[in-house]
Amino acid sequence: MAESANPIEPIHQFQITDIFKIGTFGGDGTAGSGVNIAFTNSALFMVLTVGVIGLLLIWGTARRAIVPGRVQLLGEMLFEFIANMVRNTAGHDAMKFFPLVFSLFMFILVANMFGMFPYFFTVTSHLIVTVMMAMIVFLTVVIYGFWKNGLKFLKLFVPSGIPLPVLFIVVPIEIISFLSRPLSHSLRLFGNILAGHIVLKVFGGMVVALLGAGAWGLVAILPFGMAIALTGLEFLVAGLQAFVFAVLTCVYLHDAMHPGH
Amino acid sequence: MELEAAQAMGKLIGAGIACIGMGGAGVGVGVIFGNYLAGALRNPAAAASQFGNLIFGFAVTEALGIFSLVIAFLLLYAV
Repeated sequence: MAESANPIEPIHQFQITDIFKIGTFGGDGTAGSGVNIAFTNSALFMVLTVGVIGLLLIWGTARRAIVPGRVQLLGEMLFEFIANMVRNTAGHDAMKFFPLVFSLFMFILVANMFGMFPYFFTVTSHLIVTVMMAMIVFLTVVIYGFWKNGLKFLKLFVPSGIPLPVLFIVVPIEIISFLSRPLSHSLRLFGNILAGHIVLKVFGGMVVALLGAGAWGLVAILPFGMAIALTGLEFLVAGLQAFVFAVLTCVYLHDAMHPGH
Repeated sequence: MELEAAQAMGKLIGAGIACIGMGGAGVGVGVIFGNYLAGALRNPAAAASQFGNLIFGFAVTEALGIFSLVIAFLLLYAV
């Protein structure tokens, strides 16, 4: 979309811009060739996200009082919430993956919440970010599954108690469904955040367009109210999608540890 | 010129048709939450333990709607 200078255009908010260039690598010197390496607004908000999480948790765990303060309580609640989820969904022996699940959850949660500020960039609304996180989970499952179970990991594709002729249909389906996991895992987060932010901007654009239409400006209260309600919904979605990503990570890790069923 | 206009029109129509798929996901998510609520009202004590399953089912169902949304966006902005 070359003509996206129009501020009402809802896709404009996902534009990645260079903050400072580091250089161009490779290519033959002509314009547009090679890989442009730069510190972008996406990278800036990833650094901010990690910084906020780090500060919050370091601040929360610095005192370690027996009667926790507010920040310590917040940290403990987040820890307990994810720890219980890992134990219930993936089993007690999955607690060694707790750091992975907690990091993913916190990163997605804080990145989504950052995205709710006006004029802030939403890191998770870019497919490359969510695909990388989904691939980390997928490769962890595959590598750990084979390392722990050896070739028995392939029993994941053969459900027990199914007659032999049906297996010829079920096994390919299981393999396809396993291979499409990183796709659905990443697209779910990306699609939810992208769609939510586009809808917010579409209703915001309606308010602006109606205010510029003379007497019809009074009707602008309707899309304005809708935008407020949708902002509330987006906060719900931001938290829910972070939780969903963490739950699915646990479900996949459970498969890696117990492929028999 | 006419070909370009037809292409632009086809993109918009295709994106609109792709969005029909989200209706199915809407039905599915409604069934999941409705049945969870019905089960939770019958046996409130067991409701909390099934919250994880609720979210898992919701996520898996919702992904299909998101797929059709992604197809619509691909048609609009990437084709």
